Amino acid sequence: MYLEKIADIVKSHLALDESVHITPETSLKDMKIDSLDVVEIIMKIEDAFEIEIPDEKLKEFRNLGDIAEYVKSVKES
Amino acid sequence: MQKRVAVTGLGCVTAFGIGKKILFDNLRAGNSAVSLISSFDTSDFKTKIAAEIKDFDASLYFPKNETRKMDRFTQFAAVAAKDALLDSEIDLEKLDKSRFGVVLGVGFGGISTILEQHKILLERGPRRVSPFGVPMCIPNMAAGNLSILFGAKGVCETVSTACASASHAIAAAARLIQRGNADIIICGGSEAPINPLVLAAFSSMQALSKRNDDPEKASRPFDKERDGFVLGEGSGIVILESFEHALSRNARIYAEVSGVGSSADAYHITSPDPEAKGAESAMRSALLDAGTVASEVDLVVAHGTGTLANDPIETKAIKAVFGEKAYKTPVISIKSMLGHTLGAAAALEAVAAVSAMLEGVIPPTINLDLPDPECDLDYVPNVARKAEIKCVMTDSFGFGGQNSVLIFKSVNN
Repeated sequence: MYLEKIADIVKSHLALDESVHITPETSLKDMKIDSLDVVEIIMKIEDAFEIEIPDEKLKEFRNLGDIAEYVKSVKES
Repeated sequence: MQKRVAVTGLGCVTAFGIGKKILFDNLRAGNSAVSLISSFDTSDFKTKIAAEIKDFDASLYFPKNETRKMDRFTQFAAVAAKDALLDSEIDLEKLDKSRFGVVLGVGFGGISTILEQHKILLERGPRRVSPFGVPMCIPNMAAGNLSILFGAKGVCETVSTACASASHAIAAAARLIQRGNADIIICGGSEAPINPLVLAAFSSMQALSKRNDDPEKASRPFDKERDGFVLGEGSGIVILESFEHALSRNARIYAEVSGVGSSADAYHITSPDPEAKGAESAMRSALLDAGTVASEVDLVVAHGTGTLANDPIETKAIKAVFGEKAYKTPVISIKSMLGHTLGAAAALEAVAAVSAMLEGVIPPTINLDLPDPECDLDYVPNVARKAEIKCVMTDSFGFGGQNSVLIFKSVNN
């Protein structure tokens, strides 16, 4: 559920086609998401899930699964 | 020995559409691009009109994930540059990229981005300000993006002299090619100033026409009933190339940039020097640089803003330089049709000047119904005219009293 919602945010942010398949292993690098994109995507994720993600976390995210797991840990703690 | 500078490509995004043909067809027909502003609510504004580009979508030309990181002024430049490169028939794969450059003129830059991000800052706080806020608003980003989009790894610079920006940019690019610092340069200007802040600020200066009930008649350079300029937006791009490079690839050479002249009024931050000495000096320098004289000039594409101050002072400068010949030389203002696109204006005027030479047609100055006694030259009122044109002077004067004049000459291919 977290991953799906995050994938939708990323797709809409990057103007990707709906049909693009995103898995937990989809890496930010492969999606050509640069460091500035990550910041904007994280802002949208923060808004969507009403959480705050510390800046230090950003460089730890390698793929969308990492982000989903972190969001889950905050929401369900 | 200085290299000669060829114009080998013309591109533009204007309120008439994309490309030099749409632009020149509309100029020749004497059409106005001015209408009521539709991009924001102008209820509280004294001026409610502009030459807006409606329904512009840069993602038709470049990937959406790239264009969303560009301010509107950069998007205009990107699309105009693509158009100009296509027109030049340059094979980018075959270019020495280290000798391929970009020099653009920009007056404001990404003011709309600043306004959007400032609204977010006030309403949602600093943590929601976009990381693209800086790379979208800084004025050099049109040139920066063009170098990335087209792989230009040579000179890459931005010139900012308000309404003369694109003229100074073309002059700078021409000098770089003359000196052998580059083979090909994408140059010109871009501006997207139609937003509430710029409209309000120019209004406060009493610089804008308030003829809201008749938008198409609002921009009336040299007319006695002119009441200010009309904001416009867009981008003009000129591909400049050394003659030897152009000839080596069998390019069409549209014209030659044969002279550039630059000066400052050193008089006032916004008002032109009433003695017109700065404008006069820039014109004389350009003629000298071109190795020509005023009597050889067949057409003057004027700065012609339609403000109370500009038009008679520009007329005075032309008279000082041209003498009696001033009365026999056509002087036009395409701002009568396109509005004033500020940092892009001189590039669009360059596209119009070269097109006029190639087509043998002088576009009119529209809305010139009642002559102003202080503006008594041949402004080609309201109707285009056929003429053989071999040499054109284009005038540009920016706030700060910064003046730039270019001389284009036809070339027998």
